[in-house]
Amino acid sequence: MSDAHESHHGNYWKIWAWLCALLVVSVAGPFLEIQAVTLITAFGIAVVKAYLVAVHFMHINVAKRYIVYLASTTLIFMLLFFAAVAPDVMQEDGSNWTKPAWIAEAQTPPTVHGGANPH
Amino acid sequence: MSATPIATTRSSAGMPTGLLAVWWVIASEIVIFGGLLASYIMHRLAHDAWSAHAANTNTWIGAFNTLVLLSSSLAAVLGHKAAEEGDGAKAARQLWYTFAGGATFLVVKGFEWAMEISHGYTISANTFWSFYYTAAGLHATHVLAGIIIMAVVARKAARNVDLHHVELIGVYWHFVDVVWIFLFPLLYIAK
Repeated sequence: MSDAHESHHGNYWKIWAWLCALLVVSVAGPFLEIQAVTLITAFGIAVVKAYLVAVHFMHINVAKRYIVYLASTTLIFMLLFFAAVAPDVMQEDGSNWTKPAWIAEAQTPPTVHGGANPH
Repeated sequence: MSATPIATTRSSAGMPTGLLAVWWVIASEIVIFGGLLASYIMHRLAHDAWSAHAANTNTWIGAFNTLVLLSSSLAAVLGHKAAEEGDGAKAARQLWYTFAGGATFLVVKGFEWAMEISHGYTISANTFWSFYYTAAGLHATHVLAGIIIMAVVARKAARNVDLHHVELIGVYWHFVDVVWIFLFPLLYIAK
C-alpha cells in the first residue's frame, strides 16, 4: 500500500454527490439551446469532474511529483499531435496543397440507412 | 522459494512497484485515448454534418451510464480505504459493488448498440459512427478488462490477501471513469 495515501481519505460521498450534481448540470445545459452554455456545461464541467476524480479518488495530488510530470507529458504529446494534424483535417487547402476531392466526398454526410431516431 | 513475484514486494522510485506500473499503464492510455479523442474533435469541428449524426445518440442512456460509472468509482475508492484499514471483507464487498457497476455499464451499452444497429447506425454507416463505435468500444473493452481483474482482486481481498492490489485496480478504474467523463459530452451532449 502506498504510504503517501495513508492519511488522505476524505469524504468520498460528498465528492460523489458533487459529481452527480455536475452530471445533472451537463445534461441540463443543452436544454437552454445556447451553444456557448452547452459547450461550458458539457466540456467545462467534464474538466471539473475529471479533476475531482483525479484528485480525490486517484489521489494524484499526494502521489510522487514525477507521476504528475508523467501524466502531464503524455497530455502535452496529445496536444502536439492535435496541433500537428488538425490543419490537414480541418482545412481544405494550404501552402502548395489542396484536399483531394475524394476526401471531401467521403466526408459529406448522411448515408445512414433506416430511419427512426432512437433518441 | 517464495511464490510471490519480487516485483510485488519491492518498492522503487519511492512508491510500490505495482502502483508505479499502473501509472505507466495510465500514461500510455492517455496517449491512446487522447489521440482518439483529439482525432474525433478535429473531425467534429471540421464537419458540421456530424452534429446531425450525433443527434441520434441517446443522451439519457449516456447519462445513466455516467452515473453508474461515477458510483462504481465511489465504491472502488471506499474499497481502497477499507483495504488500507486492513478490512479485507469490506474492501472485497466494495469491489464487488464496483464490479456490478461495470457489468451494468456493459449490459446497458449492449442494449444501446443493439438499438442503434437495428436503426441502421452501424460502424460503417459513416465516419461519425465509425468514431462512435471505436471510441466507445475501446472504452468498453477497458471496462471489461477492469471488472475481470476486479473479480480476481476481490476474491483475494476477501481472504485478506494482497490488499495493496485494491488500490491498484482502483486507480485503473478511476482512469476508465475519467475517459468516460470526456466521452460522454463528446458523443452524447455536443449535438
